[in-house]
Amino acid sequence: MDELASNVRRNDASSTSKPVLRLLTCGSVDDGKSTLIGRLLFDSGGVPEDTLAAAKKLSETFGTTEGDLDYALLLDGLQAERAQGITIDVAYRYFSSPKRKFIIADTPGHVQYTRNMVTGASNCDLALLLVDARNGISDQTRRHACIVNLMGIRDVVLAVNKMDLVEFDEARFREIEAAFQEISAKLGIASVTSIPVSALLGENLTRRSSSMPWYQGKTILQHMEDVDANVAISGAGFRMPVQWVCRPNQEFRGYAGSIVSGEVRTGDAVVALPSAQTSQISDIVTYDGSCDSAHVGDAVTLSLTTDIDISRGDVICTAKDRPQVANQFSAHIVWMQQQPLLGGRTYVLQLGVQRALAHVSRIKHKLNLETLDATPTHKLEANDVGVCNISTNKPLVIDPYLDSRHMGGFMLIDRATNETACAGMIEHALYRGQNIHLQSIDVSRDQRSEIKGHKSCCLWFTGLSGSGKSTVANALERRLHENGFHTYILDGDNVRHGLNQDLGFTDADRVENIRRVSEVSKLMVDAGLITIVSFISPFRAERRSARERFGDGEFIEVFVDTPLEICEARDAKGLYAKARAGKIPNFTGISSPYEAPDAPDIHLAGGEKTPDELADLIIKELTNRNVIFAD
Amino acid sequence: MLQSHLKDLEARSIHIFREVAAQFERPVLMYSIGKDSSVLLHLALKAFYPAKPPFPLLHIDTTWKFREMIEFRDQTAERHGLQMHVHINQDGIAAGVGPFSHGSAVHTDVMKTQGLRQALDQFQFDAAIGGARRDEEQSRAKERIFSHRTVDHRWDPRHQRPELWNTFNCRLGAGESMRVFPLSDWTEVDIWQYIRHEKISLVPLYFAKQRPVVERDGVLIMVDDERLPLEDGEVPQMRSVRFRTLGCYPLTGAVESEAATLDDVIGELLSSQVSERQGRVIDSDQASSMEKKKEEGYF
Repeated sequence: MDELASNVRRNDASSTSKPVLRLLTCGSVDDGKSTLIGRLLFDSGGVPEDTLAAAKKLSETFGTTEGDLDYALLLDGLQAERAQGITIDVAYRYFSSPKRKFIIADTPGHVQYTRNMVTGASNCDLALLLVDARNGISDQTRRHACIVNLMGIRDVVLAVNKMDLVEFDEARFREIEAAFQEISAKLGIASVTSIPVSALLGENLTRRSSSMPWYQGKTILQHMEDVDANVAISGAGFRMPVQWVCRPNQEFRGYAGSIVSGEVRTGDAVVALPSAQTSQISDIVTYDGSCDSAHVGDAVTLSLTTDIDISRGDVICTAKDRPQVANQFSAHIVWMQQQPLLGGRTYVLQLGVQRALAHVSRIKHKLNLETLDATPTHKLEANDVGVCNISTNKPLVIDPYLDSRHMGGFMLIDRATNETACAGMIEHALYRGQNIHLQSIDVSRDQRSEIKGHKSCCLWFTGLSGSGKSTVANALERRLHENGFHTYILDGDNVRHGLNQDLGFTDADRVENIRRVSEVSKLMVDAGLITIVSFISPFRAERRSARERFGDGEFIEVFVDTPLEICEARDAKGLYAKARAGKIPNFTGISSPYEAPDAPDIHLAGGEKTPDELADLIIKELTNRNVIFAD
Repeated sequence: MLQSHLKDLEARSIHIFREVAAQFERPVLMYSIGKDSSVLLHLALKAFYPAKPPFPLLHIDTTWKFREMIEFRDQTAERHGLQMHVHINQDGIAAGVGPFSHGSAVHTDVMKTQGLRQALDQFQFDAAIGGARRDEEQSRAKERIFSHRTVDHRWDPRHQRPELWNTFNCRLGAGESMRVFPLSDWTEVDIWQYIRHEKISLVPLYFAKQRPVVERDGVLIMVDDERLPLEDGEVPQMRSVRFRTLGCYPLTGAVESEAATLDDVIGELLSSQVSERQGRVIDSDQASSMEKKKEEGYF
């Protein structure tokens, strides 16, 4: 072991001049991440003897190094990981050099464990991105580079590993370096440092490689010691989200929380958002006594000069430089749940200590990992990276993620399973303005339907009694509902029990019946719903007048064309029998005409297909018309 | 002045404590009397000041703890005016379970793991705060700060929830619970340096003193009471020893040491070449034994 390495001692925290560096290793599977950290710990004396002995013993059973010490086994701590020789979940390791303390997150390379890689990256300031010199850049390299960048990490070390397997060839290293430069330029990564290494042999980790004299830059450890990276530091003004209200007795009322940006002093004017009440700091309370000031990172309890209503989730900030208050914003999303993200579903949104219900109102695009270009999509699947509009049921206090991890990073939680479904990084609010809670917003039909993740329309089912309108409408609504679309059925019989119970079956009453129903369905379309009207509506003129109440493309006429004989044979309600017996006057098809549509928007052959097949045809048509977005 | 990295660790731990208080209905602090528990309790006092921590303490007593530990436990609860639940697995007592009669594995499972599960069920705690650290052991290094447990207290290491920034998903289904580890990112050295700076009192067993021990399979076991069966010809010897971790006395190896003060202990630690849990007999029963125990509900 060379001189530098032998100077490095386990847990030697003698120097604290530089802050702790939190970093992660990432990159594709088998690029040697765990081996690199294991070797780094080993070479810097950070592995206790008994741990080493245990790893040596395990190497004989599980090792991939023919009985020699498998450095990865110093990290892969789960049985399944050792048995499969892979990393499933992030492992945290702690060590120090004389210059600095490090917390390393060793993250998994497999696509299906991207969620664990994101977990590791979320608190890091530096990323060591490994590439196998033999294979070069892979999809996973691009995915991880992209995620690292989205998580706000500005410093990336491209560690081109396994140089020993390409005969320490400089040309190969330069080729990979250049290929990555294109990627980092496209993504906008602020700083990239490329280092050729052999993790297995310890080359350019803690000691300079004698096999690669052509490389004159820093070793991995040197870079880790010197780099000046701290993502958590935000340029924003003072903000402290309230975690917990401290009220031990009648005399004391304090707001406990961690300062996420800026600093605060006793006497400072502050504002509590989103309520916008103002006050002044009277005391900064800690167990170790009151302080005159407190800074980013401190966990404190604030007392105010006036008694204002503040609870958990409110943010106390400087009155001068306020964060935004918004209930709609655009965000980068790394989708982590197996079940895909569908527009319109309701999730629990957790942003630091703030919580709301949220919909993804629009999925704008996802990233194509080969080209790093944005591809339009209406769905994000597990491990996809995309951009979405999010809409919440109450205003949140936010900063863009690039300005503040703590005010701009959020997750969506599945309400049924409580799984953490995604990592979200806010780009910007969609409605800017600090006082949005005081302004009245003219919300349009499009805005209402947008937060539901689909357009609204009126599906007007017409057809004979017994043609299957209600059955198909019901099947259709069930299908739409299951896919997270917002729907409502106005059924002829049901409406006549309530809203239209005063109407009979005279021509005038029929017209009024249709008028009321078309007005109600128009309100529902205006509210953003996919509205299904199931009415015999035998007259062309009435259907036309209903259509005229809607905008272009909003009214979709669905003709359930079932031959009279079949309807009469079904006669589910026994009405045809009564009509034939003359007990029901003006019965459509028997004693009153049915005027079939000449050119319905959707024409269903009711006697030939099952209700589900017919519902499928309608869904297809709705997709064609871009009312809904299916796969 | 507290060193900047300790200040940072302290603030992050306080943040975690406050999240527990805000997001759970019935939290509890697992108090195991050792140095990590002492730091944990100290941080809890800081997190809620001037209020008291809004949760009780729970000690799972295996009845084989060092006598000095029990004494210290009772003093601590009284000094801070905190409620301390002490739970002993009465089924285990009735069956006469102990480390000598049943072996360390059965003893630990019945008196610690089962005992803990009984207590959590009895009090319906939905969050149990513990002092485990990621640098202690390989499977701990993999665990989340907020670590989900199923209805039967199991840990599923293959399906841990993502944990992002310092935002925590604390949502639980009926009967599920959370284990919370505010000291996750602390190292053993951090703990000692913090204890020194904050003047946190500890069980005297951490400091070297002449104590009666017997040596078995290279492990120094302290003869803490008459229940330790002596083998033929075995005579306890007085040696200057201390403990790096504390557990059941027959399962916890002492180290020979002259370190009688905090400064001595920290100096000794910085030059140590073996890990902290090496003296723990139960951890080395079999490979991955910690992971197995944790899956079964052990802390």
